[in-house]
Amino acid sequence: MSFLDVKDLKIHFPTDDGLVKSVDGLTFGLERGRTLGIVGESGSGKSVTSLGILGLHKGGRARISGEIWLDGEELIGASAEHVRGLRGKKMAMIFQDPLSSMHPYYTVGHQIIEAYRIHNDVSKQVARKHAIDMLGRVGIPEPARRVDSYPHEFSGGMRQRAMIAMALSCDPELLIADEPTTALDVTVQAQILDLMMDLQREFDSALIIITHDLGVVAELSDDILVMYGGKCVEYGPADSIFYRPEHPYTWGLLGSMPRLDREPTERLLPIKGSPPSLINVPPGCAFHPRCPYAERTGGKAGTEVPALAETEGGHLVRCHMSREERRSLWDTEIKPVLEIQ
Amino acid sequence: MLTYIIRRLIGALAMLIVISMVTFGIFFVVPQWAGATPEALASRYVGRAATPETVHLIAERLGFYDPVAVQYGRFLKGIFAGAQYDYGAGVEQCPAPCFGYSFISGQPVWPDLVDRMPVTFSLAVGAAILWVLAGVSVGVLSALRRGSFFDRLSMGTALAGVSLPIFFTGMISLVVFSYGLGWTPPGGAYTPLLQNPAQWAYDLMLPWITLAFLFAATYARLTRAGMLETMGEDYIRTARAKGLREREVVVKHGLRAALTPILTLFGIDFGLLIGGAILTETTYTLPGLGQYAILAIRNQDLPQVMGVVLVAAVFVVVASLIVDLLYAVVDPRVRLS
Repeated sequence: MSFLDVKDLKIHFPTDDGLVKSVDGLTFGLERGRTLGIVGESGSGKSVTSLGILGLHKGGRARISGEIWLDGEELIGASAEHVRGLRGKKMAMIFQDPLSSMHPYYTVGHQIIEAYRIHNDVSKQVARKHAIDMLGRVGIPEPARRVDSYPHEFSGGMRQRAMIAMALSCDPELLIADEPTTALDVTVQAQILDLMMDLQREFDSALIIITHDLGVVAELSDDILVMYGGKCVEYGPADSIFYRPEHPYTWGLLGSMPRLDREPTERLLPIKGSPPSLINVPPGCAFHPRCPYAERTGGKAGTEVPALAETEGGHLVRCHMSREERRSLWDTEIKPVLEIQ
Repeated sequence: MLTYIIRRLIGALAMLIVISMVTFGIFFVVPQWAGATPEALASRYVGRAATPETVHLIAERLGFYDPVAVQYGRFLKGIFAGAQYDYGAGVEQCPAPCFGYSFISGQPVWPDLVDRMPVTFSLAVGAAILWVLAGVSVGVLSALRRGSFFDRLSMGTALAGVSLPIFFTGMISLVVFSYGLGWTPPGGAYTPLLQNPAQWAYDLMLPWITLAFLFAATYARLTRAGMLETMGEDYIRTARAKGLREREVVVKHGLRAALTPILTLFGIDFGLLIGGAILTETTYTLPGLGQYAILAIRNQDLPQVMGVVLVAAVFVVVASLIVDLLYAVVDPRVRLS
């Protein structure tokens, strides 16, 4: 069993319009010291997954089932109070927009001190020292002075650093970063990602990076999980996924990524159509209405949900096409266009 | 931060000057624009039987023939330095702050105002504590249990609270609790706090509750709306992700952010109230500033009316000044702008 083991996780929200199946049968595992990238469009269920692991999926209305094992402990059946005790200490989270995610009325230091003192019975002075130390470690200059600043007095990148300092203040063993760089300037994005990787090595934590940008996770992750319509469509070692992707949706993600090594005159290759409604998920393969190869499945695409099947060394794909068909499509049609070496 | 305080202080001072001008203008300048002669103004200071000569003499003594600016200056001087009234027979000293003498009783206005302040103050403070505690806690609970039976019941009650005027709820409460059940004293009872604290609270209980009911309703609705908004904010999710207990998430993160508009409203409400809770004091015949104002207006007792108007205005300005300063304490972003 891995350090984090998620088995057949389902998170459904009953609404007036019907049942929203945000996460529908997700299975993955993660060891300490390793990084998992979860990739998908908006509404693919990636953020709900992370909130579900922390027990923060919305209120009493959500229906959650399956198993989440963290370090040998099952979380879905555990009491809310027990999971609360683990939050911030054993598992922590970094959010997308650091400005709205920090309380505007409290200083950055106060918010880190608060996070530290929930789980550590220490005096305010000790916690403050720790907060200053953490701010220094995430690369904030003059931490002893900036500890008393308010979030609005920080720049975007600094705020995200402070957010990371807060999340890491109790040495969490599992760190989930939900689009940690989306709200930041491009120049700052790389710095923040580097920082997270450095700190992950230092703390030896398990890291989940959630993003819609395959480029962000390609380099940093050990494993990549591609989500579509609340389900995993492709999952496996990062190299295998990035260099030999087999799902047409992953091909679409790669094609719609702006790249500096391509001729600027070439157009991006967007995925046609829009993400599926999670209330009325298309029957059969959820991706089939947008899939350019749907007719190759002999009608199965619209009626039968494809199984997640292994194609090579831990690389799983959910597609009706045969492995040979997918590989030949990749080699002949997709790869030459993408020019991935 | 210091510039913020200084700016607010200057603003408050300017506001007070404007209020004094307007008050003075309403009572001394506007009537003249409307065609009143100085003699007509002076005639209010003498008996009905006075001869035209007497009226003329009084108008002269009171300076109604002087330019408006000089009269305004004298009015201000009376407030800050005291005034002297020359009867002809002798000179009457009116110590600062001098708002003149009541037409009816002949007594100086200021000591009367001072006498009545504790009553209004007692009423306002007691009611304010009740309505803030009740309003905010009901509002928070309603927001957390949105759509529940408690939420519907309390918001329905709140709707009744804001809709029913004091002279209705006050009368009903007197009929039921004082004259019917005999639990509370009938209207008009007031014992100074220092004389007998228990009796003081007992006498004021019914007015407190009635007045608090009216305000609590507004505060409950405002708190509920504010909490619904702030509890959906990203920083609430962050607070939960840190592992904070739900109660602390609600109070320290949610309520803290929702308090700002409540504080503003409270400053205005409380300021207005300590200037005289007119309806409540009249309903329960409490000898406070509000009742004083009503009597003064009914008697057309000009110096009394001016006195109570100015005092009330000062209270409102000071209360909103305090709120402005508290604002900077509550919301650090205010300190910058």
